[in-house]
Amino acid sequence: MNAGAALGWWGVPLAVFAGAIRVSTPFLFVSLGEVITEKSGRINLGLEGTLVMGAMAGYAIAYLTLSPWLGVLAAGLAGLALGLLHGGICALPRVNDTAVGIALMLFGTGLAFYLGKPFIAPKAPGLPAIDLGFWSASPQVRAALQINVLFFIGLACAPLLGWGLRHTGIGLTLRMVGESADAARAMGRSPVRVRLLATGFGGCMAGIGGCFLSLGYPGSWNEGLSSGQGITAVALVIFARWRPMACLGASLLFGGAGALGPALQSVGVSGFYHLFNAAPYILTLAILILASRPDRMLGGAPGELSITK
Amino acid sequence: MRLARGIEAALPPVLALLATAVLFAAFLGLSGTDPRAAYGLIWLGAFGTAFSWQNTLLRAAPLLLTGLCTALPAQLGLVIIGGEGAFVLGALAAAAVGLKLAATGMAPVGIDGAMALAAMAAGGVVIALSGALRHWRGVNETISSLLLAYIAIAVMNQLVEGVLRDPASLNKPSTRALPDALMLGAIPTGSLPISVHVGLLFGLIACLLAYGLIFHTTFGFATRMVGGNLRAARMAGLPVGRLILIVTALGGAAAGLAGMVEVAAVQGAASADIAAGYGFTGILVAFLARQNPLAIIPVAVLLGGIDASGGLLEQRLDLPDATIQVLRGLLFLSLLTVEALQGRLRLAELLRWRRAPAVAQAVNATVSGP
Repeated sequence: MNAGAALGWWGVPLAVFAGAIRVSTPFLFVSLGEVITEKSGRINLGLEGTLVMGAMAGYAIAYLTLSPWLGVLAAGLAGLALGLLHGGICALPRVNDTAVGIALMLFGTGLAFYLGKPFIAPKAPGLPAIDLGFWSASPQVRAALQINVLFFIGLACAPLLGWGLRHTGIGLTLRMVGESADAARAMGRSPVRVRLLATGFGGCMAGIGGCFLSLGYPGSWNEGLSSGQGITAVALVIFARWRPMACLGASLLFGGAGALGPALQSVGVSGFYHLFNAAPYILTLAILILASRPDRMLGGAPGELSITK
Repeated sequence: MRLARGIEAALPPVLALLATAVLFAAFLGLSGTDPRAAYGLIWLGAFGTAFSWQNTLLRAAPLLLTGLCTALPAQLGLVIIGGEGAFVLGALAAAAVGLKLAATGMAPVGIDGAMALAAMAAGGVVIALSGALRHWRGVNETISSLLLAYIAIAVMNQLVEGVLRDPASLNKPSTRALPDALMLGAIPTGSLPISVHVGLLFGLIACLLAYGLIFHTTFGFATRMVGGNLRAARMAGLPVGRLILIVTALGGAAAGLAGMVEVAAVQGAASADIAAGYGFTGILVAFLARQNPLAIIPVAVLLGGIDASGGLLEQRLDLPDATIQVLRGLLFLSLLTVEALQGRLRLAELLRWRRAPAVAQAVNATVSGP
């Protein structure tokens, strides 16, 4: 965030750009995972807890093994476990997936704080960044264009998932289960199993998104790491109308909104620091209000999804 | 009949508590802590001594009110999880109004009343906003109420560090302290060595009133009808939008009042410390009470007790402060699992034989009715 310091006011757009990419990375992973979960007709509101759990697990394993990539793997597995837990409980009859999500939000954060206590002080090896600013002589520009490799992985996942949903058998099964569980059953598919796997996948992605918070920037684990990115990402999926490529755009938009406060602070505008920090939530709410319709279902909404029924 | 139904309703939370006790013991055992020692300390810290009872009741007081913030809208079928936001805004409004009016020389009782009203209005508006957005715009109320809670916390931090800041609070920004005369007193307990502020009474009264409203008035019946079958409620000509607005506002007002009590009986000023999570724990309180305002009372005392024992676990067993959070999370997950299994395992079958004739009678009465 020092990017803006020496460039004066020109540093603000630069810092917002750099911040947009950085802040958007966890949004991107969580929302891409949640698209798959929601396409199967189920919503996981517990991704806030999964995100924090991923941040903790990734950091702890990276510290213990000295390998950030093993950290990413651990974060993904931790997320997968929480996702499967959600999917498993929801597989029982008459369970409200919203309530299970709230419970997992509390459980995931609590567990992460409990297990993560010993890892607050030590320094784990971070994930590498790719230097796209090599052409510039300005150190600020170079710093801003140090882009973490996880962002590129997320960038690649978006079109891949979009294509997979449309053109593969798995994608078709997933969408069918999300549209009508009865139809899926008639076709010999098990909605419960598909949803379990889809929620597991969503959890895995959210876990990986979480480890960006601890292994990417700023490269530390503490209990204040995430404050609502998980739930914002869930709302973002609604805004993106369940399309992976739209999630990418929405994530960048939200990332930019989130980067605005710190960017302004770096040039000395700190009067409304907390309100600017709340910008992504305000933006999310505004977008939800604009995107929702009281009388009909949203375009692209899976028919079985409880929150849009 | 009533008793049988009561037992049936209380079964899942009780079973969930038992399951949680086993799971939490396993969790502690796996992480190298003797579960027996931990349970001994939880009992001691929660209900073991007069002092722990005092701690427990002090923590139960806000939970009674924040529990209502989820339980009242739940009667309409809405899942509101933004009690923390109403709590924080209530605290902020109470502090602002209290400090403003203290300068006018108004009677302290009047100022406290105005603080409570301001807090209830602030909390009521923010939760009613979620209800209104749901009804008129189709915005999911669970997500919007949580987003509003994050926004409310940001607004509080902004004001506490900005216009409302006491210039003397250097390291930890807070508002100026309320004059002592405005601080709420203790409930007279006679010779009992327990001192609990009147906020506990506010909570108890609110739960009783909410119970009466929901289960013993036409208004409450209409509310539950909206929750039970929205289309039928519309067909019956119920003013659905107005019911949603009023009931969500009442829920928010309860959490706002809890915020006022936190300022006027505990903290003495509004600061970042206000957002301590009572609003979030209130969600679990409501679910464990199965959204019944009367059942919130024992559940709040139970969770207040678990909360109160946290310090002891930290000191004696060197456990992280998040231990209680893990316990609460396990409890929540167990509850939802047990509720789902209840139908399948037919645990309630034993009680059902008594109800069957009554149901048959009721059906007959409806069929051959006027």
